[in-house]
Amino acid sequence: MSTATVDNNHSAALDAAESTDAHLITVTLRVRRYNPEVSDQASWVDYKLEMDPKERVLDALHKIKWEIDGTLTFRRSCAHGICGSDAMRINGRNRLACKTLLKDINPEKPITVEPIKGLAVLKDLVVDMEPFFQAYRDVMPFLITKGNEPTRERLQSSEDRERFDDTTKCILCAACTSSCPVFWNDGQYFGPAAIVNAHRFIFDSRDEAAEQRLEILNDRDGVWRCRTTFNCTDACPRGIEVTKAIQEVKRALITRRF
Amino acid sequence: MSADTPVDAVELTSTSGASAFSPDNPAPVIEPPRARTKRTPRATRTNFELYGWLFMRLSGIVLVVLVLGHLLIQLVLDGGVSKIGFAFVAGRWANPFWQLWDLTMLWLAMLHGANGLRTVINDYAERDATRSWLKALLYTATAFTVLLGTLVIFTFDPNIQ
Repeated sequence: MSTATVDNNHSAALDAAESTDAHLITVTLRVRRYNPEVSDQASWVDYKLEMDPKERVLDALHKIKWEIDGTLTFRRSCAHGICGSDAMRINGRNRLACKTLLKDINPEKPITVEPIKGLAVLKDLVVDMEPFFQAYRDVMPFLITKGNEPTRERLQSSEDRERFDDTTKCILCAACTSSCPVFWNDGQYFGPAAIVNAHRFIFDSRDEAAEQRLEILNDRDGVWRCRTTFNCTDACPRGIEVTKAIQEVKRALITRRF
Repeated sequence: MSADTPVDAVELTSTSGASAFSPDNPAPVIEPPRARTKRTPRATRTNFELYGWLFMRLSGIVLVVLVLGHLLIQLVLDGGVSKIGFAFVAGRWANPFWQLWDLTMLWLAMLHGANGLRTVINDYAERDATRSWLKALLYTATAFTVLLGTLVIFTFDPNIQ
């Protein structure tokens, strides 16, 4: 009986906490909507939502899509900051919708949500990522070695691993590349994400194609187009020091030549 | 789209007449400037951009000394700007040191500026035709200024009438 009493008390308190809407606030989400099957013009649309401030922007988008307007289109997979699908421009800054809490971006004012810039918008918040992934493929983001395959794993000291640890964190969300002003105006530029992923193999002691990758990034649209505006470092949801990685590739190119 | 929700399903309307677009006839995709494809960019395999980048930094350091020295001599020391005249220039260029100073400053400043503008054109000109015209104009102006300046420094005649 005593356990039952405890249970009752607990659930009553929990019910009380859950039934009250005191913690909910009204949030206005201002979404940049575009549907090529209806119009060639994009437009801002406001949605008023009752949200817990501790929820994320992705939850707000879900609420719109599931409860208000099912035609709202956006990408998301894991919804926990790992897959890199839901990079979007929130309040003028590239972020992952699934890692941005409403309380952190001033829910008093309307929260603007746009697709990331520099890539063709297909519908609402969905962009064509193909040019982005083409740049990624062009830096050969895979292990290249010479000679016979070893019979056991390729060992590496923890110091050698530490050398490129920062750039292994990339999830290819395109937040950095689509925040880069050089990329906005010239899609031929490799962009921060491709350089970060080249960096990950250039400084890997097990890889033997650093020379080839440096040669690729030494070209007209490689690292020399970086203007060190640090937009990429600010945008990265994984906290990678992107501009530093690009500068390290530049330094490697110069020390290799002289 | 429940009827009681205030904001609801949005009807995006086109500015250019009603129902110009449909699922069978969607609006054209607006491509970003110079998007990357499988075939672009072509590899040039030269170190031009590397040398260009290094040149900007090295010439910048040298130019700080040359330009600040130039401004100090011309505008501040010994009576300031009022002393400058034909005689002052003639007197300075009688000395090979000042000839070399001015020549170095001319070449470095012009190439530094031209390379900077080339970068700006590459960053901001979206269409290929705009790019090549602006660059042609830039290179012509640079070559003209550099050659004319060099000619004047070496063939300057203080006794010209």
